Amino acid sequence: MGQIQLKQVTKSFGDVQVIPPLDLTIQDGEFTVFVGPSGCGKSTLLRLIAGLEDITTGHIEIDGQDATDVVPAKRGLAMVFQSYALYPHMSVRKNIAFPLRMAKLDQAEITKRVERAASVLNLTDYLDRRPGQLSGGQRQRVAIGRAIVRDPAAFLFDEPLSNLDAALRVGMRLEISELHKRLETTMVYVTHDQVEAMTMADKIVVLQAGVIEQVGTPLELYHTPQNTFVAGFIGSPKMNLMTGEEAAKHNAHTIGVRPEHIDVVESGGQWQGTVGVAEHLGSDTFFHIHNTGLAETMTVRAIGDVNLKHGDTIHMTPRVSEIHRFGADGLRIE
Amino acid sequence: MATKASRSAARFMIAPAVVLLLGWMLVPLIMTLWFSFTKYLPLRGDSIDRGLDWVGFANYGRFLSSSSFWPSVQTTLVMVGGVLLITLVLGILLAILLDQPMWGQGVVRILVIAPFFVMPTVSALVWKNMLMDPVNGIFAHLWRFFGAEPVAWLQDASLSSIIMIVSWQWLPFATLILLTAIQSLDSEQLEAAEMDGAPVLKRFWHIVLPHLARAITIVVLIQTIFLLSIFAEIFVTTGGAFGTRTLTYLIFQRVIDSQNIGLGSAGGVYAIILANIVAIFLMRIVGKNLDA
Repeated sequence: MGQIQLKQVTKSFGDVQVIPPLDLTIQDGEFTVFVGPSGCGKSTLLRLIAGLEDITTGHIEIDGQDATDVVPAKRGLAMVFQSYALYPHMSVRKNIAFPLRMAKLDQAEITKRVERAASVLNLTDYLDRRPGQLSGGQRQRVAIGRAIVRDPAAFLFDEPLSNLDAALRVGMRLEISELHKRLETTMVYVTHDQVEAMTMADKIVVLQAGVIEQVGTPLELYHTPQNTFVAGFIGSPKMNLMTGEEAAKHNAHTIGVRPEHIDVVESGGQWQGTVGVAEHLGSDTFFHIHNTGLAETMTVRAIGDVNLKHGDTIHMTPRVSEIHRFGADGLRIE
Repeated sequence: MATKASRSAARFMIAPAVVLLLGWMLVPLIMTLWFSFTKYLPLRGDSIDRGLDWVGFANYGRFLSSSSFWPSVQTTLVMVGGVLLITLVLGILLAILLDQPMWGQGVVRILVIAPFFVMPTVSALVWKNMLMDPVNGIFAHLWRFFGAEPVAWLQDASLSSIIMIVSWQWLPFATLILLTAIQSLDSEQLEAAEMDGAPVLKRFWHIVLPHLARAITIVVLIQTIFLLSIFAEIFVTTGGAFGTRTLTYLIFQRVIDSQNIGLGSAGGVYAIILANIVAIFLMRIVGKNLDA
């Protein structure tokens, strides 16, 4: 249980169609991440699945059953909201118990399930506190707790980590991934952060303006981006995209090379440029390079600490096998 | 920010306001206390110039033992309670209604607030002569249209009529405060509750109403303060007859109609005590909502 299928789903707000006809299948037990820039329709898509928005045309099937006109509560899905949407006047215990109370379970069963969820999420000590007395990470866990007590067919996460600080975000990322491994329940996760997408997903769905640009595993997207948008969006720092003469040499309209696939050499490299900003991370160094004649700025990764300063000339050689080629329509050329 | 100089300057500049406020409050309070312990009947020739006779607690005893005292307290509480109940229930419903997106929202909101701008005397007169008049009032015509006997509102249902008038005046206030509170409710909370399987009424009961608790507290506190001193509406409609004599109105009658300032002042002190008892009760009941 937990398979979600979208068939020719569209969504319009008034005259504006935010999601053109879209087909997508999310397999049972899969961790699927919707990723894309702000306003690409990924949250809308999630809300369509949840039932919080009505779809304009098309069908949604959950476990093979048509769920298009089913109310949110009856779809068997649980959602974790960006703001957590905890009920501020209820204790943590009551927050987690709320869906069970609404489902009219008996008190003993509610207590048992709440205790179990609390122990899974390390919330046992906080059960009698109010959300206002918890830290951001704890609130996040309460929101997840409220979702897992229902044993849903699938979890929906709407940018759940965007309100946390960087360190906590990495921690929660791991916790959610571990939760997925343990529960083996379908999870649909919306984020604009491609690092979250890469680290957590079984399957990434890259969206732009409501259109699915590519669906695949994180490494598929990394190694074989189907178009320039995906090439530029997946990977950090961004892939260097070049048009013009250099691309023509490879019989393409655009070529792309990731910063980690360009080697910095002492002299005689294929490309040259002036070092702008150097970002030293210790394990590696990212150089932002100007005046290459290829693109406005380029990013290059060097392993370890390389002694190049602002204004120095840098010599680089791309690894030919790692060059991605794209046609004039932006699509990949094999 | 606050240096020593700026702090003393602030004190200096705030002083006139504080002194004025204190004076306006303390002088009448002390004079009321003083009069309440004296025999002060202006028509019998008593005056401050000639000196007032000290009578101790005689006025307090008389006011309390008067047959109209306890009924007036009861009338006051029924009136305050009734108006609070009506304004809160209708206020919440109206606030929810006004929160829905609809055509002409701005105009409707202004119309809803309008009664609050009408002077109490005027609105009471309008209700009395235009709506509730048993011969020519709109209600009377409506009743007759349906073949019913017109109701002599201010005689047969006097207290309810006044509660109706006062509620009409205070409903905008309650609606306005509750509307702003409803607008501050995070819509994701309602969506979360919807996904958790709560239908509309349960969402209202478990999410909206607790969210409004603080606003309701404020409405109850502020309205109680003003409703305890309702006067104009009674004066122009029933003049205190037909069981509409509140404590405030009783004091007015003692001082103006009976020209007994000492007795009226004693009643005033009782009113202060009553107001404080009510305030303490309210604070105890709803106070915990304020520090959440």
